[in-house]
Amino acid sequence: MQVKVFVTPRRGILDPQGRAVEHALRSLGFKGVADVKIGKYIVLEIGAQSAAEAREQAHQMCERLLANPLIEDYAFEVEGE
Amino acid sequence: MKWGVVRFPGSLDDNDALWALREVMGQDATLLWHKETSLRGAQCVLLPGGFSYGDYLRCGAIARFSPIMESVGKFAAEGGLVVGTCNGFQVLCEAHLLPGALTRNRSLSFICEPVHVRVENSHTPFTCALRQGEVLRLPIKHGEGRYVAPADELRQMEERGQVLLRYVDAAGEQSEAANPNGSLHAIAGVANERFNVFGLMPHPEHAVELLLGGEDGLKIFRSIIENAR
Repeated sequence: MQVKVFVTPRRGILDPQGRAVEHALRSLGFKGVADVKIGKYIVLEIGAQSAAEAREQAHQMCERLLANPLIEDYAFEVEGE
Repeated sequence: MKWGVVRFPGSLDDNDALWALREVMGQDATLLWHKETSLRGAQCVLLPGGFSYGDYLRCGAIARFSPIMESVGKFAAEGGLVVGTCNGFQVLCEAHLLPGALTRNRSLSFICEPVHVRVENSHTPFTCALRQGEVLRLPIKHGEGRYVAPADELRQMEERGQVLLRYVDAAGEQSEAANPNGSLHAIAGVANERFNVFGLMPHPEHAVELLLGGEDGLKIFRSIIENAR
């Protein structure tokens, strides 16, 4: 079962990459751009019997390794949900 | 004193740490491979700088799960002394042996230069040979050294004296310009609540001989040795 994980810097944590890209976009003329965040997109296969089981595993993976909850937020999508 | 220097795949400063401890300080230092579980009687474990596991995912995030780290965690829980420099500091934060986290430098650049740090608490095993307020000149070399922690945690750490080193200028004054990476509260080094685990971004092991540009790093190792006596 495919799981897509999105990891982004937490609100309030300085994201210098996001800020640099925001400045570059503004200089390209995209005046309305704000709050750019640069994170990670992780795709993985989980051998689970159900979407609920895959969801639980993905949650554990994010909490224990894929994200650092102190500085990052995460979200994930389970295939077929 | 017996030291254990951990080598992860991608560690870079393990040999420098061994040089500093063995050749310069005359200590009994052993290399500990990350797949080992024995600390071989070390009284102090040092996690060196470098790019453990290629810094993949987040600096220190994968090294944290290596077999040796389980032993280091138990050792620290029993009160054993653990020091992490640079990547070692990142590993200790990821392992929750130290509070906070180290994020991308404010400038986005990798910084390699000597900096000044001020001793904020000299009543710890890692700083007892130093004077309160003493300024050390040590090199830094990192891309992810900006220390962050939640505001209430930072306040408690300050109250308990867990901030051991802070970035300052040569005169010992704190300023924006003297904070190389944008660390909150200009934090360069922190200890845990029990004061037996210490992490710092500067490299004391690179400042142990005048030939290397200074020997202020010796004072940190000397503190640990004096404390063990």
